[in-house]
Amino acid sequence: MTSTALRSRAWKLLEMVTTPLLPSDYLDLVSPLRAGADLRGRIEAVHPETGDAATIVIRPGRGWRGHTAGQYVRIGVDVDGVRLWRAYSLTSPAKRRDGRVTITVKAIPDGKVSNHLVRSAKPGTLIQLDQATGDFVLPQAKPAKVLFLTAGSGITPVMGMLRDTEFDDVVMVHCAPQPQDVIFRDELHALVADKKLQLTEVHTDTDGMLDIARLDELVPDWAERETWACGPAGLLDAAEEHWSEHGVQERLHTERFRPTIVVAGDGGEVTFSATGKSVDADGATPLLDVGEEAGVLMPSGCRMGICFGCITPLKAGAVRDLRTGEITEAEPGVLIQTCVSAAAGPCDIER
Amino acid sequence: MTAIDPTAHLTAEQIEELGRELDAIRDEVIASRGEKDAAYIRKVISAQRKLELVSRGVLLFSFFPPAWIIGTAGLSVAKIMDNMEIGHNILHGQWDWMRDPKIHSTTWEWDHVSPADQWKHSHNELHHTYTNVIGKDNDLGYGIMRVDEDQKWQPFHLGQPLWNFINACFFEYGIAAYDLELGKNLDKRRRKNPEFRARAKAVGRKIRKQVLKDYVVHPLLSGPSFLPTLAATFTANLVRNLWSHSVIMCGHFPEGVQVFERRSINGETRGQWYLRQMMGSANISGSKAMHFMTGNLSHQIEHHLFPDLPSNRYAEVAVKVRALFEKYELEYVTGPLPKQVYSAWRKVVRLSLPNKKPKVKTPDRERELLAA
Repeated sequence: MTSTALRSRAWKLLEMVTTPLLPSDYLDLVSPLRAGADLRGRIEAVHPETGDAATIVIRPGRGWRGHTAGQYVRIGVDVDGVRLWRAYSLTSPAKRRDGRVTITVKAIPDGKVSNHLVRSAKPGTLIQLDQATGDFVLPQAKPAKVLFLTAGSGITPVMGMLRDTEFDDVVMVHCAPQPQDVIFRDELHALVADKKLQLTEVHTDTDGMLDIARLDELVPDWAERETWACGPAGLLDAAEEHWSEHGVQERLHTERFRPTIVVAGDGGEVTFSATGKSVDADGATPLLDVGEEAGVLMPSGCRMGICFGCITPLKAGAVRDLRTGEITEAEPGVLIQTCVSAAAGPCDIER
Repeated sequence: MTAIDPTAHLTAEQIEELGRELDAIRDEVIASRGEKDAAYIRKVISAQRKLELVSRGVLLFSFFPPAWIIGTAGLSVAKIMDNMEIGHNILHGQWDWMRDPKIHSTTWEWDHVSPADQWKHSHNELHHTYTNVIGKDNDLGYGIMRVDEDQKWQPFHLGQPLWNFINACFFEYGIAAYDLELGKNLDKRRRKNPEFRARAKAVGRKIRKQVLKDYVVHPLLSGPSFLPTLAATFTANLVRNLWSHSVIMCGHFPEGVQVFERRSINGETRGQWYLRQMMGSANISGSKAMHFMTGNLSHQIEHHLFPDLPSNRYAEVAVKVRALFEKYELEYVTGPLPKQVYSAWRKVVRLSLPNKKPKVKTPDRERELLAA
């Protein structure tokens, strides 16, 4: 018998020992970061960067496959007991010797996860991880001339690149409201002092928003540079337009942090994505009724919110709990009780 | 269906007001659910797993009598924790709000021969929606017992104290059969129904796994302790079955609990539904440890009003619910476990015999009025 076959037999036997649970349920008690476990990480330190940003040092589990500078990672953090998933750029160099990775998080107003991470995350806490992903990365061959165009927390993926690679000729234009809001400011200035970086800070509180046309003056050879841009949608839209106008769009690489703008309204178009049906719903009719009305086969139970027999994934949009008025927004893994939820704007129900 | 409706003194407006007050209690808990609650269930789950691991470990040496006793006691408690405070409550969706896929009503499986999804249907959906409605809630007598004076007596009922005792010993199998609606489905034509066959197969699979684990794999791992370990697991299952049966009997059977006619729930309002849960359930009083070991089903009344609130919050909810019972002059049926178990068993025995139509009693309130 091959060793794989033997191992799978041994595993089957172990499953018999632990049924109805799985061997991993017990192994997780002692070794949540072991190879073969669901990918997790442990927060080992939280270093403040600015008044509202902090770097989180994470020791990933053994299953971590590493990352390339510029990529991001989705993490699942329990905030007030509720697991919430967000994506953050990795700011550590890809080959950090101690195997730790870092993300740098800026607290955004009303951001549940970002505020939690910046202000109350505790070393020792376990978090859930996905593998690193994203194609906002450098090419195999190091480009001769580079421009980084960033604003706010858009600097984070770029910092991962700067820490990972030594560039021959690199210019950075970074926008932040005030000098003290510039994340990694000391490190950037150290690079400038070492002549490893040319940096222009745009302080938007005093200078106003960056007018993309000013690039000609700030970085006269911008069009010759391979450019990576990350920041708010307005900046990226302007950049894409500007690069296209000059016919050099292939030199511009952008990264958009996924906008999570859900406007909770009263009713909206409900899509049943598995069935491919769409119907308009008001803000008072339970989605279970909406679905049945539209001829979608909906799981159902008590029809009053107590049996949890109707729970269904919410793929997109937002719904309102008809009992409490509470809004639930779509996130991976979010399930809703269709018998007591109504559309709060357009939404997508996986049925 | 007692001759006197103990809620007759309430007006329709009062019943709806009661419903609003209960909704407010629920909203308050929902708004304050958080980290502490999540930490609680995780701690309980982790403690249960450690206790089970250690107990099974000790049982490897169960030829040594003290090890047998400690291991059996530990395993019994671990199985009770698994079924009551953890399994029952997770499968109710009480912890779904945490969005932890491992502690979720859709993924949880318990140490019990009834597969979680079948139990969720018969328990969460049928029993909790139609609580104590004769003919709709099969928990009432589990289809083998007569539980109310108004039900027609048949000679079969003479044996119900015995049926109930056997059901208590093999309670998990009783539940599995009940979730399958075995009585109804063994009928010749229904037996072949593919949906029933699929469900029966799932139960068969679950039974096989459970039996293999408890009565083959673990005893074999114990080597020379094969037989003592086998006896220990059997004992632990028996203890768990007798315990959960007792707790569950106390939930709806003690004297003072009302049952309802099928037609009484037509067009039921939210307030009326709440009221039926209040009158159809009974509590067990006792210490914190007692509440924990019953999976907080000692707060059966609160659980039936709010089946999806986290179990660790029922104790604080109970204070407010009890105040409402007093405000609306309703009887809050509760008592220590021995008293409630005795009360439930006495009813089982009493109703095994035929009875005359119940006598019409004068309610206390009227007597008080007459005396005044």
